[in-house]
Amino acid sequence: MNAFDYAAPQSVDEALSLLSAGNGNVGVLAGGTDLIAQLKENKRQIGLLLDLKKIPETTALSFDEGSGLHIGAATACSDIYNFDVVSSRYPALVDCTSLIGSVQIQNRGSLGGNICNASPAADGPPAVIVLGGVCNIIGPNGARSVAAEDFFTGPGQSVLEAGELLISVEFPTPAANSGAFFLRFIPRNEMDIAVANAAVSVVLSDDKSTIESARVAIGAVAPTPLLVADAGAALAGKAVDDEDAIEAACAASRAAAKPITDMRGTIEQRVHLAGVLTRRAIEGAVQRAKES
Amino acid sequence: MAGKVHVTTTINGESVEFLCEPRQTILEVLRDQLDLTGTKEGCSNGNCGACSIQVNGDVIDSCLMMAVEAEGQDLQTIEGVADPEGLHPLQQKFLEHAALQCGICTPGFIMAAKALLEKEPNPSEERIRLYLAGNLCRCTGYDKIVRAVQDAASVMAK
Repeated sequence: MNAFDYAAPQSVDEALSLLSAGNGNVGVLAGGTDLIAQLKENKRQIGLLLDLKKIPETTALSFDEGSGLHIGAATACSDIYNFDVVSSRYPALVDCTSLIGSVQIQNRGSLGGNICNASPAADGPPAVIVLGGVCNIIGPNGARSVAAEDFFTGPGQSVLEAGELLISVEFPTPAANSGAFFLRFIPRNEMDIAVANAAVSVVLSDDKSTIESARVAIGAVAPTPLLVADAGAALAGKAVDDEDAIEAACAASRAAAKPITDMRGTIEQRVHLAGVLTRRAIEGAVQRAKES
Repeated sequence: MAGKVHVTTTINGESVEFLCEPRQTILEVLRDQLDLTGTKEGCSNGNCGACSIQVNGDVIDSCLMMAVEAEGQDLQTIEGVADPEGLHPLQQKFLEHAALQCGICTPGFIMAAKALLEKEPNPSEERIRLYLAGNLCRCTGYDKIVRAVQDAASVMAK
């Protein structure tokens, strides 16, 4: 690891000044479980390690019935899944944050870092996308908000521009009769990187027989996590057990998947998994919506 | 060149001060400066858990925490687990069940299992296996480790 300076600013403004003074030579530190590993492997060289964990906004975790769930970008995964409102109202966030790495990783690694690292196989983004997550960004030109599905631009790449920081991720209050579910496929039970993953959210009719609207997202099957609008559209207005609609949604996920073959899986396997995981995530989301 | 940083922290209940470079991990400082070599370095990238310590009660990989981040935190390492009266029940049960062979992974397993039992005194076997998934052992096949943790949990419940 090359030598660098360290700063732990206590305000967003201070962090922004340090970030712009660093001229692109700054490593932004939340939990560090990706960044420190990258620094050790000399994949990145930095002049300044900028620790965001002393900034109140980046470690905030709160819920309000009117404004929804607010997760500071540096909030650790375990703080998220141990937050009672998350387990009761946003279980899809428990699904993903509780299987990012080991317990040791979850106690440091943050959802914001998982998003900013922008791995195509990251386990956070699909659930964040289907839950309507919004990324709150602040930079030298002020604040802006980007829908999670629009945040990613390529492997390790996002819409974050030089001098910008992800400060928080916000989620709307779940609609009545709604449910969401995330799962991934790995060859073992834990501590692995997704061969493919998927998340689905649904809003059911009051009698819980019909899917009024749905969102489907898949990961590890394209250069970025994908919102599959066609899959959601295939389910909208259909009965919860409409096999043709469910199969149409799975087909839409398979069609959207543009995976590569690598050590974890082949193109053929990943396309197949995009369909299988979409089906299982639909079933999980509908089940949770029925129980809601 | 970056200067050294003065850090004040608590390690095993005692206030500790050290100087470190910002690029040093807390694992490096524990082992190379503070002579707390019970914490082991394995993969050094967050996969094996050999370097597990507790920070404010939570188990973490010390290879992925910078030493400067220890400022104001409460750290516990394997050196602080036994007390003057004797071994911690987890240590005693690891011995009784022969839950180690080469021993390199053992301090990390003890720290992770200790964090688990402090938060969940009566975990199921499945829960123990899941919680300890971030600790790798290449000798035992894990069964003896899991049985040692189960036995320690039952002793600690009394």
